[in-house]
Amino acid sequence: MKRAIQPRAGAPATPGSAGTGNQRSASAGNRVVHPLWLRITHWLNALAVIVMVLSGWRIYDASPVFKGFMIPLHLTLGGWLAGALQWHFAAMWLLMANGLIYLGLNLVTGRAFTQFFPLTPRAVMADLFAALTARLHHDDLRRYNAVQKLAYLVVIVDLIVLVLSGLAIWKSVQFPTLRWLMGGYDTARIVHFCAMAIVVAFFVVHVVMVAIVPRSLLAMLRGR
Amino acid sequence: MSDANKPPPLDCMSILIDVRRELAMPSRRRFTRQALTLGGLSLLTGCSLTDDESVNRFLMSVSRFNDRVQAWLFDPRRLAPTYSEAQLTRPFPFNAYYEIEDVPKVDASDFVLQLSGLVTGKKRWTLPELYALPHAEQITRHICVEGWSAIGRWGGTPFADFLRRVGADTGATYVGFKCADDYYESIDMATALHPQTLLTFQYDGETLPAKYGFPMKLRMPTKLGYKNPKHIREIFVTNTYPGGYWSDMGYNWFGGS
Repeated sequence: MKRAIQPRAGAPATPGSAGTGNQRSASAGNRVVHPLWLRITHWLNALAVIVMVLSGWRIYDASPVFKGFMIPLHLTLGGWLAGALQWHFAAMWLLMANGLIYLGLNLVTGRAFTQFFPLTPRAVMADLFAALTARLHHDDLRRYNAVQKLAYLVVIVDLIVLVLSGLAIWKSVQFPTLRWLMGGYDTARIVHFCAMAIVVAFFVVHVVMVAIVPRSLLAMLRGR
Repeated sequence: MSDANKPPPLDCMSILIDVRRELAMPSRRRFTRQALTLGGLSLLTGCSLTDDESVNRFLMSVSRFNDRVQAWLFDPRRLAPTYSEAQLTRPFPFNAYYEIEDVPKVDASDFVLQLSGLVTGKKRWTLPELYALPHAEQITRHICVEGWSAIGRWGGTPFADFLRRVGADTGATYVGFKCADDYYESIDMATALHPQTLLTFQYDGETLPAKYGFPMKLRMPTKLGYKNPKHIREIFVTNTYPGGYWSDMGYNWFGGS
């Protein structure tokens, strides 16, 4: 059950990593886990999502989609509806521009294909079981396990749905195709809310996982 | 595989070097700083940051930028969806910046609609004169900035025709409104000339009730509810930005849908 060592030992060597076994293990810790563009877009996305969610909660409270369910006002951003709308429609530019750069670079560098695929249901089940029984190893942060792959893909698609449903709500007359795609104005609000709930759930699990594997936070900060 | 099963002998010196390097790493300090920033981020909640003048100025300038984006997105020929009688929201909600008891009571007998600014034609209109104008009906969705929406049936005269009839300079930038409830509002000329922009005198086939804006309301299904002024008593055409009751408090001016 010493799988922990295997990926590192078997991982392709980077230039300059040749040498004795000890030198190799020291330089393995030096290899880039996340390229700089990924770290920048990750943190900008985190900022944008946090601002969007907190201000969105205040906007939601102005007229709750689900009668009787409200977000405690002290958790929200904006102070009042107009302030929340200003935050929301400012952060949307960051979310969209940064998201497009992230998706674009993922495709151009081919990272999307190498990091997220192949992904099979069997692998997800196996890694999920390993995670739940605390037997999943996180020794090589460059390689996502199947649960991670699925979670990141889900949240990427979810953020796209969030943006599209948001656009359908913001510009329901100007974007008729989006409005139709979201099932009309009122349904778009429900889609927008549910997509928000998914991203918040992802955020919670994501932060818990980072707390369990603190090295992953360092890797997202300094790249190694 | 075999390497993994048989770990190499420990090299204490290189481990020590690694440990020292780890501890001296600036990213450890950076980690603490990031944690502090997360704490700072939590200050975003509530209204603490919104009270900051520079933040307000920044957000207002983004809102002005969003006005321009919306004007660019606005298609003067694209129609808002229309609905059937069966889809009407009943009762249509009353909504204003005051309670329903404070709805202004406008006297129909001596009411005169004033036109001013860049207008060359008839500047005073009585209600019978307005009611005699070409009639149009629409069943459209009123979308409130709060998120709720309601479908209503409105009757009146197409605003673009009216503007041309009164000799308004349709090349001007804004059309402004002054209302009997001290509300004021202004819109872009492109929206004023939109085929579904209706100077409304009727709700659901009957004279517009006071609660919906007697004697007239400008109905624009391409804009959010607060952009649709009620109890209009004066309309003016101008190139000077007139603002609006809610926009002056921080709501987006264009307010398009």
